[in-house]
Amino acid sequence: MTNNVVELRGVYKKIHDHDILHGINLEVREREFLTLLGPSGCGKTTLLRLISGFETATQGQIFIDGEEISKLPPDKRPVHTVFQSYALFPHMSVYDNVAFGLRCQKISEKEIRLRVAEVLNMVKLEKYVDRKPAQLSGGQQQRIAIARAAINRPRVLLLDEPLSSLDYRLRKTMQIELKQLQRKLGITFIFVTHDQEEALSMSDRVVVMHEGYIEQIGTPRQVYEEPQNLAVAKFIGEANIYDGQVVSTSDNRQVLVTIFNKTRAAKTKRVFQPDEKVHVLIRPEDVRVWGQAEVTDTDDMFAGVVEDATYKGTTVDLMVKLNNSKTIAATMFFDEDDDRLEYKVGEQVWVNWTPGWEVILPHET
Amino acid sequence: MKLNPGFKILSLSLIWLWMSLFALLPLCLILIASLLSHNESHLMMRPFTFINYIQLYNHTYIRIFEKSFMIAGLATFACLLLGYPFAYLIARHQSRFKSVLLLLVIIPFWTSSLIRSYALIAIIKAKGILNAALLSLGIIHQPLSLLFTNDAVIIGLVYNLLPFMILPIMTNVERMDDRLIEAAYDLGSSKLYAFRKIIIPLTMPGIIAGCILVFLPAMTIFYIPDILGGAKSILLGNLIQNQFLIAQNWPMGSAVSIMLTLILISLIMIYAGVNHNQKKRGWL
Repeated sequence: MTNNVVELRGVYKKIHDHDILHGINLEVREREFLTLLGPSGCGKTTLLRLISGFETATQGQIFIDGEEISKLPPDKRPVHTVFQSYALFPHMSVYDNVAFGLRCQKISEKEIRLRVAEVLNMVKLEKYVDRKPAQLSGGQQQRIAIARAAINRPRVLLLDEPLSSLDYRLRKTMQIELKQLQRKLGITFIFVTHDQEEALSMSDRVVVMHEGYIEQIGTPRQVYEEPQNLAVAKFIGEANIYDGQVVSTSDNRQVLVTIFNKTRAAKTKRVFQPDEKVHVLIRPEDVRVWGQAEVTDTDDMFAGVVEDATYKGTTVDLMVKLNNSKTIAATMFFDEDDDRLEYKVGEQVWVNWTPGWEVILPHET
Repeated sequence: MKLNPGFKILSLSLIWLWMSLFALLPLCLILIASLLSHNESHLMMRPFTFINYIQLYNHTYIRIFEKSFMIAGLATFACLLLGYPFAYLIARHQSRFKSVLLLLVIIPFWTSSLIRSYALIAIIKAKGILNAALLSLGIIHQPLSLLFTNDAVIIGLVYNLLPFMILPIMTNVERMDDRLIEAAYDLGSSKLYAFRKIIIPLTMPGIIAGCILVFLPAMTIFYIPDILGGAKSILLGNLIQNQFLIAQNWPMGSAVSIMLTLILISLIMIYAGVNHNQKKRGWL
């Protein structure tokens, strides 16, 4: 037996003749923080509901600790959900909300009191036991929802976009807290989000979903730096995507590609054929933009005109229209070499990017 | 939207005028009538007196009050038992038959309830449809003599007032957040436990509204005890009707009405008080 907590094999889901999920195979490891990432409507929430038992798969099997649970009702599965709306019971105090799961198991009130105190202490809300959910802030409700789901010590905690209704700052704080909480609890988390930044910063592994398919499973670094295909590349982070053509390939994972009529060497783990059409993906943060006076050697550079410049505090985001009429997005960071970063709209500039950092993907129509 | 202050004053004063004319004024008239005296030649006459209220403190009247409360209470309870599951199922029903089902609840109301109460006689009388059915099924061996008993009155009240129980509960269940029930199951709750701990408390406002809407008319409808309860069954509604129309003692009838109003108001105030407290504790 493997040490997978959750395993899905060939899971299909149809709702009203619409295919929501296609042949999902997924293994979730013990104590990992796994994120299902994708745009709305990609099936990530349905996948979560299949694991929690609120939906049944049209086809396929779901295992928890090697036991098939596809036919079990939600209350018999060792998984608990933190709902997007928190779904705290409005008529119960914080204490009764958190104790609910234990009371379902008919545990003695004495033990319940100890365990509620312990878990409330963990989420730092022990002062609020007598409050009603309506008297708590969004972030506090969030933590109660997690405490309520975690107190039963489930094998897996499912979190359905739990941070999406919080404001930006609180979301940042909660991201860190959730991560710490997961380590303290030692429970496997399956986290659903459409926010790629959230997914990258919190997860051990990210599952990128698109229109009911799993496009890629990998560490945050893998999905960002080595996207499997165009869908993943477009969804994770900003990307400039252009057409290119393979000139030649060599054994040491190098390909020569032409882009904008210049030939450049790029690294890749894939196998390409000469003359194959490809997509060349360049992240904005790899792009450098130079003023006319800053450069002398422009062989590897592309001339363009600044179309738009947005000051964002730590960065300046530029849109540059190249002379071949393609537009390229660039994110420039302030550092000691380049503390000026002032660009006027309409200014003539030179653009290049860190050689070898392009991502080469097979051409998709 | 910002309201013109003139419009606000105008609309509010219209409401106040309407309420005083059609609610407060009649109530005051009844209050005054209840304090007047009565003899054979006059419906009402001076002097002002408390004699009508003092007479109410009498074994016979207290019995009628008690009996009315009991019958209305039982009818309300029966409506709750019958209406809650129905309202719950209709509200949670996802299909397009939902509106049809709701229509079926309302359609009987297009016929006068007087006629429907007479129709009930045909069903529950000794040789009626109900007895025939029960006898032929072998459930009973002698016909039930339901007609002209308190049971018949309760059956009549339940039949006539059931929709008043169903509608508020249904609205309440519809508004209930499904995810709360899902959350309960998710945390390992059985269906029964979730029903007791989540669904009942969350639909309590609907239950209480339904109970008030059934209980109040059940206390005062006079023609149902008249038709189905026969001469034996005198309830508050009948008492008031008798005082006004048969004994022609308007002051006494008014006193009974005022007494009833006071009791009902205090019941509603108890409910409002409970409700208010729960709101303060974040209950609703």
